[in-house]
Amino acid sequence: MSRLKTAANILLATLQEIFDEASYGRFLVRTGVTSSPEAYESFCREREEAQARRTRCC
Amino acid sequence: MNKTLRVVLWGSVVLLGALALGMVALRRGEPINALWLVAAATCCYALGYRFYSAFIAAKILAVDPLRATPAERLENGRDFLVTNKWVVFGHHFAAIAGPGPLVGPVLAAQFGYLPGTLWVIAGAVFAGCVQDFVILLFSVRRDGKSLTEMAKEETGPLGGLVAYVAVIAILIILLAVIALVVVNALKDSPWGTFTIAMTIPIALLMGIYLRRIRPGKVLEVSLLGFILVLLAIWGGQWVAHSAELAPVFTFRGQTLAILILIYAFAASALPVWLLLAPRDYLSTFVKLGTIGLLGIGIVVLHPTLHMPAFTRFVDGSGPVFAGKIFPFAFITIACGAISGFHSLISSGTTPKLIARETQTAMVGYGAMMAESAVAVMAIIAACVLQPGVYFAINSPAGIVGQTAAAATTTISSWGFPVTPQDMQSLASAVGEHTLFNRTGGAPAFAVGMAHIFSQSLGGTTVMALWYHFAVMFEALFILTILDAGTRVARFMIQDALGHVYKPLGRTSWYPSVLGTTAVIVAAWGFFLWQGVKDPLGGINSLWPLFGIANQLLATVALCVATTIIIKMHRARYAAVTLIPLTWLVAVTFTASWHKILDASPRIGFLAQARALASAPASAANSRLIFNNQLDAAVTAGLVVMVALVLIESIRQWLGVLRGQREIVMRETPFVRTRLAEDRI
Repeated sequence: MSRLKTAANILLATLQEIFDEASYGRFLVRTGVTSSPEAYESFCREREEAQARRTRCC
Repeated sequence: MNKTLRVVLWGSVVLLGALALGMVALRRGEPINALWLVAAATCCYALGYRFYSAFIAAKILAVDPLRATPAERLENGRDFLVTNKWVVFGHHFAAIAGPGPLVGPVLAAQFGYLPGTLWVIAGAVFAGCVQDFVILLFSVRRDGKSLTEMAKEETGPLGGLVAYVAVIAILIILLAVIALVVVNALKDSPWGTFTIAMTIPIALLMGIYLRRIRPGKVLEVSLLGFILVLLAIWGGQWVAHSAELAPVFTFRGQTLAILILIYAFAASALPVWLLLAPRDYLSTFVKLGTIGLLGIGIVVLHPTLHMPAFTRFVDGSGPVFAGKIFPFAFITIACGAISGFHSLISSGTTPKLIARETQTAMVGYGAMMAESAVAVMAIIAACVLQPGVYFAINSPAGIVGQTAAAATTTISSWGFPVTPQDMQSLASAVGEHTLFNRTGGAPAFAVGMAHIFSQSLGGTTVMALWYHFAVMFEALFILTILDAGTRVARFMIQDALGHVYKPLGRTSWYPSVLGTTAVIVAAWGFFLWQGVKDPLGGINSLWPLFGIANQLLATVALCVATTIIIKMHRARYAAVTLIPLTWLVAVTFTASWHKILDASPRIGFLAQARALASAPASAANSRLIFNNQLDAAVTAGLVVMVALVLIESIRQWLGVLRGQREIVMRETPFVRTRLAEDRI
């Protein structure tokens, strides 16, 4: 049961990383602000160029 | 686990793998079950990962668990970040998985199920996984440097320049060919076009939700978006049957091509992140979900393959694309076996997330195995169709004839019986007017996937929904790659132009942004237009061009890897990268030779130009002649550049081996890791 729970946690963490939720969480910690539309907008602005340069395969 | 148990376990894997491969390779004259392909692939991957990747890690790369990675040393919470190995694996797989492993194997199924299956498995285990693994490890040891930087440092400035030009060339050809795949999937399909059109308001809605209502809750909003997309697919059937709405969403190929070009220009140059970022998330969500679903579907339903092991088209006369099994099967199946493009990702985001060197095998080698498994699923999806149906969907009208009767007569004469009634009832079942001449691989994959799922989930009554789900899934993530790829190419050109005139390098300076985007879109738009107007369907000339470019980039990556291995005094093991490199050189150079100089107009660009020149002169004819000459010049240019890198690399190897050249290693000096076990 505990192994299943660990696997589910890892799956969730992977999805959170792929979908930038974890990265937004780190942004909130780094900038010391709480989640809000303004904070998310700042995060999106910061991520825009890095996201745009991210290569994805064919 | 004790030693005896391990020996028994791996011995069983070897036996099962040998049995499955034997069934796949030797069974003739009767259909085989898809599970044999799954078993053969799974056993080979398990053995490759357990033994071959461990051998490479221990004997060649000397992977060091105590050496600190750039994620640890340079951790900044953004680019460099110590990350759980499974999370990096998922991240890496999401980045390398694209339409390539789905489309290529479907097209190569014209040779039968066997050539594609064997190449996908062997190519991945001995070439693709090795390339991704070693490039990832070498990048980790160089602070996450890119392939172009490593090529410049290890093989000389020419290597860097060629890698740079090859990446731009591949991007342009790739964008053109995948745009053509979407055009061919959506032309004259009001249902499919409506569904894709609806993803725009859905993405905008997601963007508003994400920014205003629940900031940062991407998973939640992606799930919501997915439900809305399913509703759009459901609603598409009424659009397709509506006398008023169906014409609004029915487009010819040329109109769709123009719409896609306008979309790509706007999406890449304008600040429309409210649309793009949510759609990107939605596309990833659908992609990962569908791949998982298809995998489960194949294992649970284990369909029967109707395509023979080999078809008569191994002789080069195939209707889907022309050319013999060697080298064209290996060019067509690019990403499922080895993809040069992966080396960009292995030396991009991923090396900056790896916590320990020992995890590079799992991420680099393992994720490529998963990609290869996707290619096996695509082969199964294509081969569950009756061969006559497969060829009717994938053959251009220029080969099989303009009418249903002509096409079915031609295809039946090849020994693959199919009737106009079969095709009409299949088209009706999937909610389309016709399925003839749907070249590009995507529609055949969608029909195959719909066929597999409809066997258990809903039966034939929901086959149309499954078909349009598959089309939506492919078109959605291809459109995402179109704008993302255009942007990546634009940044690369802007970076280079910035050295000539500084403002041109600024990504916020609109004249530069609009100008460089226009150049990139015009470049791939040119090839797309060429494909749309091509009487042979476009895929025949564009997909091999893409395959050649992609495999040539893999050649550059393997040159870099071999050079580093020799510099590491591991020359006696250099065969690990040298053999795949030799194979790729043989394949790509032979394919390029055929595509440029083959006497058959269906294969050689110049032969086709000559054949067109002998026809009555017209403006359209002149354009086609020019297109073929340009394709020949592009292929020749790529081959010459890669040949120069190869020669430069060989000079490096010989110099090092003879002791005439000083060995300069560009690795970051060893720093002992401080990470506790629980952080990784």
